[in-house]
Amino acid sequence: MKAVNEFKIKFLSKSENEAFSRIIITAFITQFSPTIEDIADIKTAVSEAVTNCVVHAYKNTSGYIFLSAKYFENGNLQIKIKDNGCGIENIEQARRALFTTDAENERSGMGFSIMESFTDKLKVKSAPGKGTTVVMEKKIGCKQSM
Amino acid sequence: MPSVIEKENNTLNVKISGDIDHHTCNDLRHEIDREIIAYRPKCVIFDLTECEFMDSSGLGLILGRFRKASELGSQFKLVNPGVKTMRILRMAGVDKLITIESIDL
Repeated sequence: MKAVNEFKIKFLSKSENEAFSRIIITAFITQFSPTIEDIADIKTAVSEAVTNCVVHAYKNTSGYIFLSAKYFENGNLQIKIKDNGCGIENIEQARRALFTTDAENERSGMGFSIMESFTDKLKVKSAPGKGTTVVMEKKIGCKQSM
Repeated sequence: MPSVIEKENNTLNVKISGDIDHHTCNDLRHEIDREIIAYRPKCVIFDLTECEFMDSSGLGLILGRFRKASELGSQFKLVNPGVKTMRILRMAGVDKLITIESIDL
């Protein structure tokens, strides 16, 4: 299916860019008449994924985060967040609620649970040393039937 | 507007403003802990009335300050979380651990 519109950007893994990524994704989806709920869900899910890149993937180092999104005719939004960081050894464990490798810095271990709960579909592809790609999908801009 | 910490009647009132994410949490965490340790309040209130956005980093901030306050014998409560924030708090079971109040303004 051909995308109605799409974008792709890259930015450095600076914590300042967590807010930047939220503004970018909000600006992109606004054209598809999302509900306030849709905007809040997507902003939160993207914020979690980008924070994971800053905190875990590029921990104590710096690198690029790639954020892209596609909106399709059927109202489906696909968001991809990719990094070239350290990768995840055990994805299943990382996705478990309250699991964290960084309790010392008060990471709550709820990032993937929130991404999963705030979108319709979440896919995580990762391997140690090979970076991580998170793909999320969510139906937005649906008109309520009367 | 930045978040504000007020002290009155043995209460430390942390008025969160704007977005609470990993970036904004870092400074705020140290600032609040410094005040809790120096002031030793009877109660720490996290007022989320003006909080526009919070993700899981905010959960860490809240749970960390709750633990710090509890260690020092202070009460801890959350005031006026928004609908979205409440959903995140419930997902992590924070509502079972911490007193949450809604106050009409």
